[in-house]
Amino acid sequence: MSRAALLVLADGRFPAGGHAHSGGAEAAVKAGRITGAASLEEFCRGRLHTSGLVSASLAAAAALGLDPVELDEAADARTPSAALRTAARRLGRQMMRAARATWPHPELDAVARLFPKGAHQPVVLGVAARAAGLGADDAAYCSLYESVSGAATATVRLLSLDPFDATGVLARLAPAMDLVARDAVDAARRAVEDGVDALPAGSAPLLEISAEAHAAWAVRLFAS
Amino acid sequence: MMTSAGVRATARIAATADGRGGTALPVLDGEGPLALRRTRAAGSEARVMLVGAMSGPLGGDHFTVEANAHEGARLHVGSAAATIALPGQAKGPARYDVRLTVADDAELHWLPEQLISACDSELQVRTRAELAAGARLVLREEQVLGRAGEAPGRLTSRLTVRRAGRSLLDQELACGPGAPGGWDGPAVLGGHRAVGQLVVVRPEFVHEMPRAALLGEFAALTPLAGPAVLVTAVAPDARHLRRVLDEAVRALG
Repeated sequence: MSRAALLVLADGRFPAGGHAHSGGAEAAVKAGRITGAASLEEFCRGRLHTSGLVSASLAAAAALGLDPVELDEAADARTPSAALRTAARRLGRQMMRAARATWPHPELDAVARLFPKGAHQPVVLGVAARAAGLGADDAAYCSLYESVSGAATATVRLLSLDPFDATGVLARLAPAMDLVARDAVDAARRAVEDGVDALPAGSAPLLEISAEAHAAWAVRLFAS
Repeated sequence: MMTSAGVRATARIAATADGRGGTALPVLDGEGPLALRRTRAAGSEARVMLVGAMSGPLGGDHFTVEANAHEGARLHVGSAAATIALPGQAKGPARYDVRLTVADDAELHWLPEQLISACDSELQVRTRAELAAGARLVLREEQVLGRAGEAPGRLTSRLTVRRAGRSLLDQELACGPGAPGGWDGPAVLGGHRAVGQLVVVRPEFVHEMPRAALLGEFAALTPLAGPAVLVTAVAPDARHLRRVLDEAVRALG
């Protein structure tokens, strides 16, 4: 594995379109559920253990070489919100463009052919990690970090939260990210043996409900 | 059967077309705390009521309910009262497994009362519905965190719906003391004490899917990646939650 390749893939400046998404933070700020660093941290903690764990396990499973079509179906079943499925496929398509340009690989080409409108982003992320010579744990960490850093960055813009406070939130979440990354990789390894039903399916009702509301707003700063 | 490890009990229901436009129940077997009653039929539909003969499940108990709607059958299953997960003498969590199958041209309405997670209880619920491509399903699950004014127990509830051999919905909610962090925070439940799901699967949705819709501030209807919709709702209590889910059922017609 290449530690430098991991930094390239995890970098917020990697041109995969993530900056346009708030991970549900924009809707939570508008509803008054995120008002500062403390509630941002609770929000991110909830994301980590639900959709974060699911995404990280999908990314890890894709990095282990599980069938992307089966993983994409598993992602659909674990993403009941139609708005979030649309966002995940759009992000998957952008991740695919960036990854193919960065680490050309026949497996990326194959997934791009199978999903012209985009596969779920974590699945593409996992295949991109493979193409970059990275492992399942790298893919899980990338996915998890992204699932909270996007919300933290968005909250800085939405609430004018002090960026030092937002970074402090991410640092305090690091031990939880380590635990969730381990669970995600364990689940991905079980899925290699037992099939994709072994992947976690954590759900966050408020994220799902507010994603549908957010998608219907006429004016918004973030795509999701 | 009562053991030091808690009570194990299984209830089984099988529904078939009776050949005269109605639905027969060739299997209707309750056990111990899981008693089954056939109630008055409505048209071609057979109605079954799950009647709790004891409280529970308690820690260490393992309950299983199986309902199979065979080709042409129309089955409606409800329960007489809420299920209350309570702490028990036996070690370990209680388990409640629900296994549903619905064949082509069959319909199942699975509409039990709420599951209440009482203080200090620990329960793992696993609901799996396996549907044929031409099956119809209305499934409601409602979880209430604690009895009135009480802290909740630990509850994990996974709901899997498969159709024509593919996963249509796979969701797990974990809440209560000891659940992974953030469960009561602004991404997951945000202080709400009742949470519910309504799944409606209809083959005709292949041609015309209902559109995503908001049902108030804390509930949304969303089309799934197949001929099905899910309504997810959170509410301050069981009564508000039921009102929202009932409205959703009416809206879907």
